[in-house]
Amino acid sequence: MTELTLDGLITIMRECAGEDEAVDLDGGVEDTPFDELGYDSLALMEAASRVGRDYGVDLPEDALGRVRTPGEFLTLVNDRLAAVTAAGGAL
Amino acid sequence: MTTGVTTSAKPKVVVTGIGAAAPNGVGTHDYWSATRVGRNAIGRVTRFDPTPYPARLAGEITGFTAADHLPSRLLPQTDRMTRIALAAADWALTDAKADPASFDAYEMGVITASSSGGFEFGQNELRKLWSMGSQHVSAYQSFAWFYAVNSGQISIRNGMKGPSGVVVSDQAGGLDALAQARRQIRKGTPLILSGSIDAPICPWGWVAQLAGGRLSTVEDPERAFVPFDPDAAGHVPGEGGAILVMEDAERAVERGARAYGELAGYGATFDPAPGSGREPGLRRAAELAMADAGVAADEVDVVFADAAGVPELDRVEAEVITGLFGPRGVPVTAPKTMIGRLCSGAAPLDVATALLAIEEGLIPPTTNTSPDPGLGLDLVLHQPRPASVRTALVLARGHGGFNSAVVVRGTD
Repeated sequence: MTELTLDGLITIMRECAGEDEAVDLDGGVEDTPFDELGYDSLALMEAASRVGRDYGVDLPEDALGRVRTPGEFLTLVNDRLAAVTAAGGAL
Repeated sequence: MTTGVTTSAKPKVVVTGIGAAAPNGVGTHDYWSATRVGRNAIGRVTRFDPTPYPARLAGEITGFTAADHLPSRLLPQTDRMTRIALAAADWALTDAKADPASFDAYEMGVITASSSGGFEFGQNELRKLWSMGSQHVSAYQSFAWFYAVNSGQISIRNGMKGPSGVVVSDQAGGLDALAQARRQIRKGTPLILSGSIDAPICPWGWVAQLAGGRLSTVEDPERAFVPFDPDAAGHVPGEGGAILVMEDAERAVERGARAYGELAGYGATFDPAPGSGREPGLRRAAELAMADAGVAADEVDVVFADAAGVPELDRVEAEVITGLFGPRGVPVTAPKTMIGRLCSGAAPLDVATALLAIEEGLIPPTTNTSPDPGLGLDLVLHQPRPASVRTALVLARGHGGFNSAVVVRGTD
């Protein structure tokens, strides 16, 4: 499975949780906290659920609870993806 | 029956803003323009295919595009009823010229009524659960279906942290919510958004209402919902309602707000158990509301009827009205004949309509019905009736025995 990119994550966030009018999501938001982007914990859960389905990766709630920025979200997802690949496709 | 209620010492509570959304008009101006001339909006259900169901007519809101009114962040997390309620709340605040930013967050509350919650949203998520699996269910299902969600979303959007809640007692709940808002304003919260929007026109909401046994299965839109008519055979459901800005009268005057009128009286009762032989509670609810407002029968200029469209319930209501006011003793109207019964949205919309009738001096008509003359009602039929209206009695009954009544009175 291909890596999740920032663009891919932003697209998913827009589709499943909408977009705060006051925020420019295309302006390099990798290290901007989700709450400053207008996303709360439910928006993050919604996105995680969608990423989980699209990328075939399970994101544990406790790990998700520690994610503060899109960059950290990408790291969490892509580390899990790498682990799945290393384990031969199942985890 | 004495109530122990004295009105003179209690602060007045007024309505300063109206946000109406109904099948025959979205927005207060469009709604009143349609209603004052009796424009019908009952038709075949379009939001889903009603062919397999015994009831196929509804009053549906058309021309409401949520994305035109709400930020995209709110769309994935809201049922249709919440989207309409958020827009109606905005319209009510604009109408009242009340900027939430100019109030302290704890000076504003939100108290709405709900009948079923966000059924369409819930149905879609349950469908995903059973057809695709739990990982496909939206996290927003946690609250988007919930009875209190309209209060919660209006509160969050407008930064209102004062007393808030939801009342669930079917149609009567629409009046019970306004009464609870008045109670909280009298306890010291200057402004409360109240009223209700319901929108359960989806298969799940439909079968739930069918189970109630009161939906009309008549196919002709002009004959399906005909309260007080010898052919009455149930009601047509509709969607919409009204959100009202309610304020402490003195505070409203201080900020230069215009008031449509005062929520002057309220009464609520519960019917005795079926088969008890005792009198239904509607008359007592009306008497309590009039006593609370301190108005005598001859001071009431119009009655907005609950208009169940079920012969036995119509007879009970007609007896209450003729018992209180005499045969043909007061003009009676049921504008809901144009749009169907809107669950808990119906009564706040009737209160809004009563205030608009007071403002214009015009009683909107009851449509479609040819009432049984034996009921003794002076029903305002087909054409609006010009009249000096200062005081209106609004009646609402909820399935299962709820009766509520309010008296609204124009301000001088």
